Amino acid sequence: MTTTSLTTSRGAGRAGDKVFSAATLAAGCLILAVLFGVAIFLVIQAFPALVASPDKIQGGEGFFAYIWPIVIGTLIAAVIALVIATPVAIGVALFISHFAPRKLASGLGYVIDLLAAIPSVVYGAWGAAFLAKEISPAYNWLANNLGWLPIFQGPASATGKTILTAGIVLSVMVLPIITSLSREIFLQTPKLHEEAALALGATRWEMIRMAVLPFGRPGIISAVMLGLGRALGETMAVALVLSSGVLTASLIQSGNQTIAAEIALNFPEASGLKVNTLIAAGLVLFVITLGVNMIARWIISRHKEFSGAN
Amino acid sequence: MSKRIDVKDLNVYYSKFLAVADVNINIEAKSVTAFIGPSGCGKSTFLRTLNRMHEVIPGARVEGEVLLDGDNLYGPGVDPVTVRSQIGMVFQRPNPFPTMSIRDNVLAGVKLNNQRISKGEADALVERSLQGANLWNEVKDRLGKPGSGLSGGQQQRLCIARAIAVEPQVILMDEPCSALDPISTLAIEDLINELKDQYTVVIVTHNMQQAARVSDKTAFFNIAGTGKPGRLIEYGDTHTMFSNPTEKATEDYVSGRFG
Repeated sequence: MTTTSLTTSRGAGRAGDKVFSAATLAAGCLILAVLFGVAIFLVIQAFPALVASPDKIQGGEGFFAYIWPIVIGTLIAAVIALVIATPVAIGVALFISHFAPRKLASGLGYVIDLLAAIPSVVYGAWGAAFLAKEISPAYNWLANNLGWLPIFQGPASATGKTILTAGIVLSVMVLPIITSLSREIFLQTPKLHEEAALALGATRWEMIRMAVLPFGRPGIISAVMLGLGRALGETMAVALVLSSGVLTASLIQSGNQTIAAEIALNFPEASGLKVNTLIAAGLVLFVITLGVNMIARWIISRHKEFSGAN
Repeated sequence: MSKRIDVKDLNVYYSKFLAVADVNINIEAKSVTAFIGPSGCGKSTFLRTLNRMHEVIPGARVEGEVLLDGDNLYGPGVDPVTVRSQIGMVFQRPNPFPTMSIRDNVLAGVKLNNQRISKGEADALVERSLQGANLWNEVKDRLGKPGSGLSGGQQQRLCIARAIAVEPQVILMDEPCSALDPISTLAIEDLINELKDQYTVVIVTHNMQQAARVSDKTAFFNIAGTGKPGRLIEYGDTHTMFSNPTEKATEDYVSGRFG
């Protein structure tokens, strides 16, 4: 029998432990440093624009007057994208996870993931060259029949390059993100809970409402927020699709602008205070995204007691 | 309110694999019937065919008849959803819905079967079901709290309350105590004894003392070897099965000589 005293330790194993823990600590610190660095850069570079006299800022009425229409434009585009994409994505994810035959499900999941691999400039080109043209008759119809609603007020854009088109293109872009995350979550629903619902005499849809969706709720919210992040920050597709202009209530006229597209379109020729202004716009976008994520976390934590994690 | 079950020449398949063969059994109304047998002998599989829960597993199918007071569960036009609302099930591991309160857990099945229920009726039903599951006194002050916060034994009784809230004809229990401590097990066994005044209860158990304590009749399942189908070896009064069984295999099993 070999005797092992409590004080002898496996030297090599301990060293590996230390290296690993140091490496993870470094990685953790690095990500914080990067985030902090970006924030500092944005604040310093944005500062001149924030304190400049109003007449020096583009538009001549100060930074606030410059930024708020494009903030609203950004939010409108992102909200349109989510309103369209979320129900479709959840439906597709449920179909893949609980309805489709297994072979079809894996194929369909693969195709959805492929959608995420298409570069955004391709989406932009598709939206500008194809979708805008094809969809403009629908805008005319909306203007004629629902024109009394401010958001569908005519005359509709003849080119179809409107904020609604941009929102639709964005919805296609965020669809794979929300779908694949939701699908993973739905597949993780404990069999136990699904069977509990079925054994009570639930139909498949009732089982999904009783067991799958409540279990997946935090995951769905996270997925939607990731999609929202993508929609808020998407630049190229919006820049190509949207024929931008001043803030307009109607979604089917040309006009409106998003922060990301505004920065991308103006940055190459910008100089001096204009650069600071655009970076300040970037800072605003950063703050919006941060706020959205914090709200999402708050929503998720509000129902912690009932999450099933305990 | 309770019905009898008669099974005729039942074979259960997983795709092409015959898992359980030639089961014929008559289960009396308002009685407790225990299924015993070694692991993998198909008793849980067979139990699931009694409310068509085996259909959840891809490829599982049956041949033969299961008659609930003469009506074939597998007859043409019979909806498994209807079958399950009449034949409730309690599982091996307690599975209250984690996102629902205790009250909502009890009402979960009722809300499916008859969509509208007044608050007064719901309160009465929650109390009646929890009383029926011997859980009322322990949870009456925290009906709005999540069911997952209860102890394992309480969760299992909550699941029983949820099952009896829909007033089924039959309650199937798949090793309901295997995840519980002895005291919680005793609570469930007492409850099973009370349940048989109103319901037909069928219970799968690995615990032979439990089968002897709670059941009126016992069915012994066995398997000849790996890859062979499970079969019903012997079925009779629990007392006879444990003291003087007809089959050698039954005697070996209940006396602990194998399995």
